[in-house]
Amino acid sequence: MAYNFKEEMNKPERFAGGHRLCAGCGAGVMARNVLRAIDEDDNIAIVNATGCLQAATFSYPYITWEDSWIHSAFENAGATCGGMEAAYRALEKRGKVKEKYKFLAFGGDGGSYDIGFQSLSGAMERNHDMVYICYDNEAYMNTGIQRSSSTSRFTDTTTTPAGSVVPGKPQNKKNLTEIMVAHSIPYVGQTTFLANMKDLNEKTKKAVYTEGPAFLNVLAPCTRGWRYDMADLLDITKAAVETCFWPLFEVENGKYKLTYEPKKKLPIEEYLRPQGRFKHMFKKGNEWMIEEFQKEVDLKWEMLLKKCE
Amino acid sequence: MRQLGDGINAKVTWKEITLAGIVTDGGKSKDFETGDWRNSKPVWLAENCKQCLICTAFCPDSSIPVKDKKRVDFEYKHCKGCGICEKVCPFNAIEMKGEEE
Repeated sequence: MAYNFKEEMNKPERFAGGHRLCAGCGAGVMARNVLRAIDEDDNIAIVNATGCLQAATFSYPYITWEDSWIHSAFENAGATCGGMEAAYRALEKRGKVKEKYKFLAFGGDGGSYDIGFQSLSGAMERNHDMVYICYDNEAYMNTGIQRSSSTSRFTDTTTTPAGSVVPGKPQNKKNLTEIMVAHSIPYVGQTTFLANMKDLNEKTKKAVYTEGPAFLNVLAPCTRGWRYDMADLLDITKAAVETCFWPLFEVENGKYKLTYEPKKKLPIEEYLRPQGRFKHMFKKGNEWMIEEFQKEVDLKWEMLLKKCE
Repeated sequence: MRQLGDGINAKVTWKEITLAGIVTDGGKSKDFETGDWRNSKPVWLAENCKQCLICTAFCPDSSIPVKDKKRVDFEYKHCKGCGICEKVCPFNAIEMKGEEE
């Protein structure tokens, strides 16, 4: 069925207001639009790894989620979700559960790229019928902007402060989407927010309604950690896509498909300039950092294009 | 087991909370006001609005309700005043104003 934005927006809200995410938080936008893509008649069971999204959406007894939700530890959202799905299948077989359920796990980049990585990998390998959604904001924001393996090279964080000796984070960003593709699971998607949320919505639908494990990686900017004006969320995600820093693609049963190709690939400065965490890269004498950053983006983009041929 | 909605709030003691912190109904955070975080306030200029609903999709706080495929006025109880809605609106139908205006 063709995507109907107004129809989607008319669905009842599954993510209530009154949570304590920061004003302008990308994770809130992510959660609302992921949940919105799911059929309103379907039940969902959600696992949430420790992180901003978990801490802000459940301060006892104020729960933001309208569906069943459980807070797992930082390192085991994948295992908790997989376990729930296995238990559900067993109960369903014995006729003890009649309702249909969909299983989702949410984790930030800390809970997915780093701490919950083995658990996520295991859950995907064991073929549970679940979707793991990583909202990538490129650092441990909940505890005060410490670097993660998802943080881009040269990013100024509290544990990799940019100064005269250290140029920000010394290492490159890990590519979790590609690692998930290597698990040979039925569906892997990478997306972010663009005006009518079509890309995010359609990828969520595919991930949820494809049998077996699926993984979605959503770039979810953090106004505090990335240090841009909180109203500029869409400008940042657009720049990430148009500079090919965050390409939109999906992999269905091993087949790569680019879901959006920028007409003209913008220079990486368009993405870096509005963000305070990259400010030092624009100082005199630091031009090499931008060059290196651009090289890394170009390399990853060329590799992706080859796979999508 | 005690059901949530039986008066659990920030003032109850540990003896009164539910076993294992279970909450038995969803969306309870609606009772919590986050609108007082706001220092500027979005105002809907209905005459400019083309009902494209992009603002609703981009609100992190579920503060732009939709009824019958049309947006209605802001729900200020939860709006934190981030200003994303003003920025994403293609028709200048949302204006951020100082809280006191």
